[in-house]
Amino acid sequence: MQSQPALNLSPQVSDEVRKTTCYMCACRCGINVHMKDGKVAYIEGNRDHPVNRGVLCAKGSAGIMQHLSPARLRAPLKRVGPRGSGEFVEITWDEALQTAIDWLRPLRKTAPEKLAFFTGRDQSQSFTGWWAQAFGTPNWAAHGGFCSVNMAAAGIYTMGGSFWEFGQPDWERTKLLLLFGVAEDHDSNPIKMGLGKLKARGARVIGVNPIRSGYNAIADDWVGITPGTDGLFILSLVHELLKAGKVDLDYLIRYTNAPYLVDAGTGLFLRDADGKPLVRDRKTGQAVAWDSAGIAPDLAHGMERDGATHLPVFRHLADRYLAPEYAPESVAEKCGVTPAQIRVIAAEIARVAFEEEITLNQPWTDFRGLRHETMTGRPVAMHAMRGISAHSNGFQTCRALHLLQILIGSVETPGGFRFKPPYPKPPEAHPRPHARHATDKPLDGPHLGYPLGPEHLLIHEDGTPKRIDKAFSWEAPLSAHGLMHMVISNAHAGDPYEIDTLFLYMANMAWNSSMNTSQVMQMLTDQNEDGSYCIPRIIYADAYSSEMVAFADLILPDTTYLERHDCISLLDRPICEAEALADSIRWPVVAPDRDVRPFQSMLLDLGHRLGLPGMVQEDGTPTYRDYADYITHHERRPGIGPLAGFRGNGEGKGRGAPNPEQITRYIENGGFWIDHIPEDAHFFKPWNAAYQDWAVARGLYDKPQPYLFNLYLEPLRKFQRAAEGHGPLQPPDHLRTRLIESMDPLPRWYPPFSEPEADAFPLHALTQRPMAHYHSWGSQNAWLRQIHGHTPLYVSGDIWTEHGFTKGDWATLTSPHGRVTLPVVRMDALNPDTVWTWNAVAKRRGAWALDTNAPEATKSTLLNHLIHELLPAKGDGLRWANSDPITGQAAWYDLRVRIEKAPAGQSVSYPDPAPQHSPVPAPPRNLTHQKKP
Amino acid sequence: MTTLPQSTRTKLGLVIDLDTCVGCHACVISCKGWNTENYGAPLSDMDAYGAEPEGTFLNRVHSFEVKRDTAPPMVVHFPKSCLHCDNAPCVTVCPTGASYKRAEDGIVLVNESACIGCGLCAWACPYGAREMDGVEKVMKKCTLCVDRIYNENLPEEDREPACVRTCPAGARHFGDLADPESAVSQLVAARGGMDLMPEQGTAPVNKYLPPRPRDTLTTPDLASLCDSAPEAATGFLGWLDRALERL
Repeated sequence: MQSQPALNLSPQVSDEVRKTTCYMCACRCGINVHMKDGKVAYIEGNRDHPVNRGVLCAKGSAGIMQHLSPARLRAPLKRVGPRGSGEFVEITWDEALQTAIDWLRPLRKTAPEKLAFFTGRDQSQSFTGWWAQAFGTPNWAAHGGFCSVNMAAAGIYTMGGSFWEFGQPDWERTKLLLLFGVAEDHDSNPIKMGLGKLKARGARVIGVNPIRSGYNAIADDWVGITPGTDGLFILSLVHELLKAGKVDLDYLIRYTNAPYLVDAGTGLFLRDADGKPLVRDRKTGQAVAWDSAGIAPDLAHGMERDGATHLPVFRHLADRYLAPEYAPESVAEKCGVTPAQIRVIAAEIARVAFEEEITLNQPWTDFRGLRHETMTGRPVAMHAMRGISAHSNGFQTCRALHLLQILIGSVETPGGFRFKPPYPKPPEAHPRPHARHATDKPLDGPHLGYPLGPEHLLIHEDGTPKRIDKAFSWEAPLSAHGLMHMVISNAHAGDPYEIDTLFLYMANMAWNSSMNTSQVMQMLTDQNEDGSYCIPRIIYADAYSSEMVAFADLILPDTTYLERHDCISLLDRPICEAEALADSIRWPVVAPDRDVRPFQSMLLDLGHRLGLPGMVQEDGTPTYRDYADYITHHERRPGIGPLAGFRGNGEGKGRGAPNPEQITRYIENGGFWIDHIPEDAHFFKPWNAAYQDWAVARGLYDKPQPYLFNLYLEPLRKFQRAAEGHGPLQPPDHLRTRLIESMDPLPRWYPPFSEPEADAFPLHALTQRPMAHYHSWGSQNAWLRQIHGHTPLYVSGDIWTEHGFTKGDWATLTSPHGRVTLPVVRMDALNPDTVWTWNAVAKRRGAWALDTNAPEATKSTLLNHLIHELLPAKGDGLRWANSDPITGQAAWYDLRVRIEKAPAGQSVSYPDPAPQHSPVPAPPRNLTHQKKP
Repeated sequence: MTTLPQSTRTKLGLVIDLDTCVGCHACVISCKGWNTENYGAPLSDMDAYGAEPEGTFLNRVHSFEVKRDTAPPMVVHFPKSCLHCDNAPCVTVCPTGASYKRAEDGIVLVNESACIGCGLCAWACPYGAREMDGVEKVMKKCTLCVDRIYNENLPEEDREPACVRTCPAGARHFGDLADPESAVSQLVAARGGMDLMPEQGTAPVNKYLPPRPRDTLTTPDLASLCDSAPEAATGFLGWLDRALERL
């Protein structure tokens, strides 16, 4: 029999579509939220949106389940049990805010630095930083220090921008993409879309990664490199390219400091009376200012002066990287690759860069006033993120990668890497860090910035750090994002001083966002002899019942991302494209059904009650009604506010008076605003007069600021010189050698600081963030947790065989610091000395509204338990931070372990901390969501 | 038993590019979201926040390792949903006629009001592409978003399956595989599109594009790309001087 029922092929899809911005990760795609009966029914990508062009990842489509998560906090909470227990009572907002005021007001009047305010993966850092500045504490930062500050800082210092928010491969034109390290965790959809474009036209993708999963699985060629050796591998590619003369000399002369003459005595640039760096003019043999008209800067020869030869940067560079220590034969074994692999990739880079160059018939004029009839590009692009940066040699490795891109002349050229406004922006155009505080006064300037020498460090006269996280001290001079991962351990140790209140927002510091998780939980609960807590007060704001909630004294519950205003601002972490300026908003597509308040609005309320400057008017009323009001009316500089679009009368782009209708206009426009860059300004942005003028018109700069790329990074040399004993500001003696070795003005590779542990701990252990999860959030999501619900340890066939593992076995990993046990699985597409598991899937029992026997708790663990924030004792009486010595970035990926088979009968992962009480009601057992219209 | 149509006017289906799929599961969740709200009963999640969560999905992504003798192992991400077979054994096995293949476009569907939840079709499907919903006790399967692809309430550009619309890498394509001129047929021809398990005789409509060869990079040695290799003649400095003179 055959029956074919009549179907309604055109059912009504929804009552209404509300367009806002996703927040299932930091990618910030545009979403269409389909509403039925006033409720969220279905989420899809917004086709008009510049970030995602309609596509959406698993997380984004699962946003509805985050919005409906049973782990959503329901009301302000006051701790009633011991810290860590999770025992709370619900209180009113009046009581909650009064409690916070009672704690914070005396601090502002006596010791504002005793408030440490740190925020996690939020996207309102320009706002929270402004608030902290008004409060007057020097102790504010966001999560970059444990995320990817090496990548950001190395990019800014070297060329005025980096990957993701700063720039992107020219996906439309590149013919060869090199992808270094784990990259699935940032810029999620644009990279997938870009890879798809490359694949559709058959362009080649080379993956350099110890693990062949995710993007590396579709890479045409895979280099299963040993963790922590990327810098050495890259510099060996540089060696090969230099040896073959496959570098773009014309580009280097025009756009980089390759011709600058380096003083043979000081290692600083030779300068003229006006302070301008000098180059040797090949026409006259004279040393002249770098920007003199009509000169032919020399890369080959130096100047004799005062009995010494002062060579150009390029000669220093060539001398270093042509040395045999960078030859493929010298580095291959250390990198876990063959010399042939290095050679063949160097040759492919050279072939594509120089034999497949792209020329666009697009005239442009450079900052010297020289008109060019075409734009020529070298279509080799690169991308990297946390994989290469979360090492103690990460800053220099990221520098090496940028050096490679620049040497072949591909940065800001067709087919290469492209900046996204407001980048390019060199370090000089960023602020310096500030920490001068006084009672009842705002801080003297923005907290974070880019030091250009020891004079910009935030240290007292005796050299001790001004900040609780020791950012911008000799221990981490260029810590541009702060060191959030050190706050709890420093506060616990009272080093460099004690604090009173730790105020955290959206950062799971008692769990997956801290190194050394087990001990951090201990630090948060440790008590003094009188029974008071070592960290006296903890305020936490979050939307969900995370592990951190259990350790706070006061909980200020936030809304979900569909219930509040937000702005994705050019002042913060922008979403621009290489050819467009763009920003966007979130707006409440539904009202919260719980007694929760949007964090940013709540913070403004707190600021008003505290009387903070900028948040209260003369008559005592609040300056801003709520965050939406702030977004609309706040001005950072005259005419420049959080949103760049629809300013003034609605036509203002970048600049203009506040427009009361601005948010309405954004909503009408699909939640975002975009402004396209003129075609003659699409490439060569740091040097392109049309781009510079456009950027000034849009308020990105106040005057054109062309600059040259820093192959040789003079600020590093200044720190090195201080460590050598020069100048009034001197580092402590125990840091001198390390500063000299690490702060090399030319990129260099040194082994990760965990190298001495190699004999006892022969394996590298890594984590990757699954593409379907975002840090700890995924597990509360009924759909996403079915994709990744536990953390198997993936080991290579060699390890599997050597230890006699069989299916269903468990393995114990031991590091110099700790031990974990988890299920083991074989995977052969792995560097043989590397094991790995998923990041942040493991959960503490009782958190996130999950069953206490959820696999996230019973078959999962965090490698964080194995990673100390300090290195093992070296016998010098000092404990060295497990961080990059330049930026302080947490060196997660330096981790070394040994492995053994767990005894038979293992059925629960280790460690297995005691459950926390859940402050939210038990979830429903089965879900059958459906809202028929 | 249920009969299949002699032929269908079109053969709508998916072409899935295994060279491009990064295994991100975007298609899995987009499918879950759309089909929970649309065709038939919602896709339930049993023990959603518990120790053994188990929900209904119409599309899942599997990952496989491929070991090779002379090259490094490969990893292939393999999204799998109903392949809308011409000789669909899940249809012919259905005792009630609930499972059927549409004569107009070849889409295989379950008429839920006629489904008795016996599960025979799931046993008959060699691909494991059908799932019995634990709460609703009806058989669920990919509908090829039959309620999207003709839906006049959607803009024309959105009349494609949710999984195709959302795929960030562009690894999923939708079209008429009966029309040799269609973009999907052309793609299958150009890239050697394959049937999944052809020996089963199911004649699937969906096609898979195989991964392109991996780890084949062999480039001539760098030196041969250079007209005057720096190591020749006067070494690097000599080369540099000559090169600078030419600028």
